[in-house]
Amino acid sequence: MLILGLETSCDETGVALYDTTRGLLAHSLFSQVDIHVEYGGVVPELASRDHVRKALPLIEEVLAAAECSPEDIDGVAYTAGPGLIGALMVGATLARALAWGWGVPSLGVHHMEGHLLAPMLEPERPEFPFVALLVSGGHTQLVRVDGIGQYRLLGESLDDAAGEAFDKAAKMLDLPYPGGPHIARLAEQGNPDRFNFPRPMVNRPGLDFSFSGLKTYTLNTVNDCREASGLTEQDKCDIARAFEEAVVGTLVIKCRRALQQEQLSTLVMAGGVSANRNLRASLGKALAKEGARVFYPAPEFCTDNGAMIAYAGAQRLLAGQVDGENTAVRARWPMTELPPLNEQQGAGA
Amino acid sequence: MIDVSGQAAEWVVEAPEETAMTDLGAGLAAVCCPGLVIYLEGELGMGKTTFSRGLIRAMGHEGAVKSPTYTLVEPYALAGVEVYHFDLYRLGDPEELEFMGVRDYFRPDSICLIEWPVRGRGILPPADIGITIAPAGSGRRLHIQASTELGGSVLARWRQKHRSQQRQ
Repeated sequence: MLILGLETSCDETGVALYDTTRGLLAHSLFSQVDIHVEYGGVVPELASRDHVRKALPLIEEVLAAAECSPEDIDGVAYTAGPGLIGALMVGATLARALAWGWGVPSLGVHHMEGHLLAPMLEPERPEFPFVALLVSGGHTQLVRVDGIGQYRLLGESLDDAAGEAFDKAAKMLDLPYPGGPHIARLAEQGNPDRFNFPRPMVNRPGLDFSFSGLKTYTLNTVNDCREASGLTEQDKCDIARAFEEAVVGTLVIKCRRALQQEQLSTLVMAGGVSANRNLRASLGKALAKEGARVFYPAPEFCTDNGAMIAYAGAQRLLAGQVDGENTAVRARWPMTELPPLNEQQGAGA
Repeated sequence: MIDVSGQAAEWVVEAPEETAMTDLGAGLAAVCCPGLVIYLEGELGMGKTTFSRGLIRAMGHEGAVKSPTYTLVEPYALAGVEVYHFDLYRLGDPEELEFMGVRDYFRPDSICLIEWPVRGRGILPPADIGITIAPAGSGRRLHIQASTELGGSVLARWRQKHRSQQRQ
């Protein structure tokens, strides 16, 4: 079963072709297309959320890369939420129009389910049940996963997402946006003993997160340095180090706690922040001590992408789930509302 | 500046700590009405989202009020009114607002709370109430300004409510 996947929930336009027997055939993100050439000088900055103009060239690109034609496609999956309503609507109407024109079923997919299942695109896959840490610019959630569509929210951020905290700390240090990779780079040169930032909410029971206080703490430290002698390069590195360790430390502690609480030994990490090397190393080390394992997607599937939507959609389409008559997209959509996969019909490829 | 019914259309109030900030948000929630557009300005870490959290929770939302920095806007369907919490921090150009269908959000039956409105200048509708947050010692100072008749009447009721709460 060959599935076309479309992701347009926020900034990225992602398109992919996933085959339930052959695996991922091709995938592409907006930035990989030379839209300047195709559209005679559209400014990409301005067009970053203009999914309308980006989606069709991307679909043609992945079809060509996979040496497929529209007749080969058996179904179309698209992100139906959560996300920006306007952006979701573009993807949904395009996907449904294509499916209708090709005479194949379509299915709206949950964006976070896509992230959660992204590690399944790797050669070595985690087995259910597991705990998933979804950590990106927009989300910080711990979820118990017993199977596709069987989710229980264990904890989430009460304010800023971890990735957002990275971006804002970067801004305070005069680093470019998005800030995660820049903080990580500076942190490598930072002195780990100079500052000790608070680990938000680790002393409280439960699995919720809060990163807003850490942001304010970082701001105060930056201002203290500015007042003392101006913000030096070394100050920036030391602050980046302390900040990164506080975020990573918090995430690691909560992940361990979640695994203990649920008595599980497999952790899946996905979302943009899961590309952070310090986080991967610290989590791997901490969990290895307890005989637990951590799985994560390839770096290109950590951030928003079409492949994860094609994969998640393929599992549900294979199980016979299809769209109803009306096109419905949802800005807010708790993942726990998703229906489970019918296990008799469902099969992983 | 419009002066409504003898009330000054400007108010400066201090929030010494986080609960004072959420209380101020809750105070505005108690007197605000559909159609209101509120701008929230101030540097990173000033408490714009904290203020918004106080307002949205006081209007009946249970659960977390996430920062909308990444999603640009978080919708809340509350009793009788839609509240849209915007954060335009990541906007590269005001015109991008058109790509997200911004006109659909500004309606007579919705309340729009907008962080970083400066990034949407020229496309956003004008504010009824503008709030600028700045540091004041270890706390924050809010400079609040009403720019329309609707904003003026809401601000007057908000101050009145605040005064009566202070007395208690």
